[in-house]
Order: sequence, then C-alpha cells, then structure tokens
Amino acid sequence: MSRPGVATAYRWEVRKLVAQKRTYLGLGAAFAVPLIFVTALHFQSGSPNDVAFGRYVRESGLAVPLVLLLFGSIWLFPLITALVAGDIIASEDHNGTLKTILTRSLDRGQVFAGKALAAVTYAALALAVTGVAAVVAGSLESGFNPLIDLSGQPVSASHALALVGASFLVYLVPMMAIACIGLCLSAVTRNSAAAVVGTLMFALLMQLIGILPGLGGLNPYLLSTQLSAWQGFFRVPTDWEPIVRGLWVSGAYALPALAAAYLVFLRRDVTGG
Amino acid sequence: MSDRPIEARGLTKLYGERLAVSAVDVTVEPGDVYGYLGPNGAGKTTSLRMMLGLIRPTAGTALLFGRDPQLAGARALDGVAGFVEAPRFYPYLTARKNLELLAAFDGDDAGSRISAVLDAVDLADSAGDRVGGYSHGMQQRLGIAAALLLDPRLLILDEPTTGLDPAGMRDMRDLVRRLAADGLTVLLSSHLMAEVEELCNRVAIIRTGEILYEGSLDQLLRGHGQSRRIRVTDPARALTIAQTMGIDLRRSDGDGLELEAGDEAVVGLTVALGEAGIGIRELTTGRASLEHLFFQLTEGGDADDELAVEPQVVAV
Repeated sequence: MSRPGVATAYRWEVRKLVAQKRTYLGLGAAFAVPLIFVTALHFQSGSPNDVAFGRYVRESGLAVPLVLLLFGSIWLFPLITALVAGDIIASEDHNGTLKTILTRSLDRGQVFAGKALAAVTYAALALAVTGVAAVVAGSLESGFNPLIDLSGQPVSASHALALVGASFLVYLVPMMAIACIGLCLSAVTRNSAAAVVGTLMFALLMQLIGILPGLGGLNPYLLSTQLSAWQGFFRVPTDWEPIVRGLWVSGAYALPALAAAYLVFLRRDVTGG
Repeated sequence: MSDRPIEARGLTKLYGERLAVSAVDVTVEPGDVYGYLGPNGAGKTTSLRMMLGLIRPTAGTALLFGRDPQLAGARALDGVAGFVEAPRFYPYLTARKNLELLAAFDGDDAGSRISAVLDAVDLADSAGDRVGGYSHGMQQRLGIAAALLLDPRLLILDEPTTGLDPAGMRDMRDLVRRLAADGLTVLLSSHLMAEVEELCNRVAIIRTGEILYEGSLDQLLRGHGQSRRIRVTDPARALTIAQTMGIDLRRSDGDGLELEAGDEAVVGLTVALGEAGIGIRELTTGRASLEHLFFQLTEGGDADDELAVEPQVVAV
C-alpha cells in the first residue's frame, strides 16, 4: 500500500493554518507594520536616528526594511512566530483531535515534522510579507535609492536590495530557533496561550539579560543578539563573524528545543479529547 | 504473525499510584462483535487507548493483527479504525474537509471513499458545513464515517451510542449490525448491558480496571445462573423430592418454584415428579439477563449507579 509521508502532514498543516483566523492575525500585522511605519514617515518629520539605518529612511526606501528588522526583534516577530508555533500542537490538544490524526496511517514523527515545517514556513512567510511590503512602501515614499552602509560606504540600490534579501534570510535563522522553542512549549504545556506567552517571555528575557550590567559576556550567545547578525552584510568587507555565530548559536537553541518537543510528542500519552 | 484482530496480554496502566487498568487480557477473534462492558470509570477507554497506541502501557502488550502499536507505530493500525470517547474533528473545517484530511493521512485510495462513507452515515447533505456547528449525534456519525474511510477489518467503537437520542441509538446499532454482517470485526465498549446483549457474541466484563469475565456471551448466560421456573400441583412434596435428588429447588413467589440446574438434572426432576404423581403446570426457562449476571460476577455490586440499564422510550 502507498503510505503517506511528511509531505502529506505538512500540506495539511498548511491547509489548517489557511482555515484558521489566528493565521491572518500574524500575517496581517506583518503586512500592516511597514505600511504604518511608512505612513508615519509621510506625515511626520524626523527620523528614528538612534537605530542603525534610521537616519537614512528618508533618503532610501531600502533602509525601511532594515529599521523594521531592528524594531521587530523586540517583540513583533517573536510574537508572530510564537502565535503559530506555540499553538500548532497545543490546539490539537484543545480540539481533542490528536487522537483523531494519530490513529491513521501517519507515524507520530511524521505528524510532528509536518507541524515543525509548517511553523517555520509561517515565520518565513511573515518575514517575507514584511520585507516585501517594507521595500515597496519604503521605495514609494523615499525612492529606490542607494544606501549608506555601516562602514559609511555608499551601496547601489540593486546591491542594497540583494543585501536586504540576505539579511532577511539570516534573520530567519534565530526566528526558526524561536519557533522551535514555541513548538517545545506547545508540546510540553499542551496549552496554546501558555506556549505563545511563554515563547514571547523567553524572547524578552533574552533581551533583558542582554542589557543587565555585568552579563555583557553572555551577549554573543544570547538568541536576541543573533537577530542583529545580518548587520555584518552592511560592512566593508562583509563581517562574517556575527553571521556565522548567528547560525550556530541559533542552532544551539533550536536543536535541543526541537529534540525535546519531538521526544515529548513521540512518547506522550494521548488522554484528552 | 497472528490473524487475531486484538490480542491483549497483561495490559496494565498506572497513573501515579492509581491503577487504571490491571493486567487485562482480551482476545478478539475475526468476525467477533466483542462487547467490552463495564461501568463508567472502569478502565474501558484507557484500555482502548492502549490498544490503539495512544497511551503507553505501564506493562503488557496489545497486538493488533499481531502487531504492537508501541513498536510498529502507525503500521500496527493498518486495517484498524475507530474512536475512543467522542470522535473529535477540526471545528473550523467542513465535514468533507475533515475527511479529506484523514483520507490524505490514510493514503491509498481512502479519498475515493469519502462520498460513500458520508452517504453511509447520512451526512451527505451537511458535508459542506463546518463541524463546529454539528450536533453531538452528527459528530458521532462523522466518527463512524471517518473510521469507514480506512476500509477497516477491525472497528473499535467506544460507547458509540452515548448521548444519542433513542432513534439515533437504534440507527447506530443497526449500522453496527450491518457492518458486522459484512464481516467486519467490531470491538464495542459500552456501559449499556442491553446494547451488548443485543449486538455482541463475545464479551469482556471489566470493573475497576480488572477483567472479571472474558469469553462467549452465550456461555456466560447459559453457564451462569440460568434459572427455570416450575409450577406443580404439590410444591411441598416436590421440594422434598428435589432435595433427595440433590437439586437446589426453592420457593419463589406464590406457588412457584425456582431452580438453577443443567438440562440433565431438570429432565430427571420432571420424570421423578411425574412418577410421584405430581403434575407439572408450567416449566419455563429464563435466560439470565446480562445485567443480573454482571452484578453476580462483581459480588455486592449495586445495580443503581454502576451500570445503566437502557433508557426506555416512554409512550405518552
């Protein structure tokens, strides 16, 4: 007999997301925030000068997505990611549907993989929505112009666009780690609200540790720090060190969380529903 | 590889200190309609969840067609379908979408059966509605539809008539009977004795996690407490004669007598009564009811709250 696999589980996880309202809450926010930001630029004077690229938002629209990456790190993107990752297992507990899908022909591991992939897809999609909206809206407002990088060198608009794309990709890596933590909390707590809030708390705690005096030595290993690793692309020559560290530090957070979530999901008793 | 649909041996589940299921042995043969009978909280659902691989047994094994879900994963469920407690679906998807999802999870040609199973449970007209708006009875029927999608050889149903109105109960039982007649093996858990007596050929009686009886329902009813009522012209002498023959004949209501004995002993008694010139006015054989037996088996059980007798429709 032909057996379904992870691809089937993944496809249906995505379809379930498409059918749920909460999905559009996060994506809506990802789309609305760049528009609100650019609208504010249009009607207000001044620039967010205290963040990197903030002072260029009126000269080049390509600075807008970068400023949003920095703003979004605080809670917006962690929240959007947690909204789905924290819910994707716990909602099955809530609906009592875990027993329904776990008595079919898919193994638990395959169901889990489908869910993990869907949660990561959602985080990636939300980032892409913000990125595209920010580039388009920013360019309409401030023009598709060259950008001054962090070393003070001008970068052509097309090259800057490529760097923005690369930055969003690198930004996705720690966001995937946050998704894994959300999955883990979702599997362990079996409660959607607890998992979503817990994930967000974790992200905020990372930032808190980062600004506490005396704990500066931990900074390179905090997940929140990896959310600015992409800035290495905007130095001449490209500073790969934070980018490479961002990959493995994120992995160091993601893999144990993912493994824990997987084991809990695989071994747990399904008593609800 | 065994062909037995279910072979559970020593199935045990401990929740902390509480023993939910204790060393349960259950053997379901092909073609059985097997009643898993016990009061609420006896451990029926926990046993079924272990059989389906949803709960890990603390000890013991449950094999489905010779395969252990704990070792073989979803493959052990090939040919097995059903639900424990109320069937649950995604409330934000339509019934048809729910079935499409499950069919995709089943693989093979399950998708081609969706319309047929919706027809079979009479849900074709409301298949486009979200399950969130379904009544309990509709969800119960959708649960059966979801099980039939798998084209199973073994159907596990956990109290399928619970919460249904009398007509719904009758329809559900008709459906189970029809499926069994088509050669499907059914494990039916229930706390309704009349339901089990009506549908099942074999039973296990479980109470507080322990199996009290497992085997043929007929044998249980015949072997235990089969009572006969006899009315004679001279009850006093009949009692003496029975006593000399070693038969336990007792007075029941009025001039009636009651005995529990095998066929041979009853034949012997009637001949002896005839020879003594005692006329027999009436000799009736009553099969003991499963309910009566259940409480006999469980010793000191109380009929009032342990097991529900089938609710009767009262004609007004």
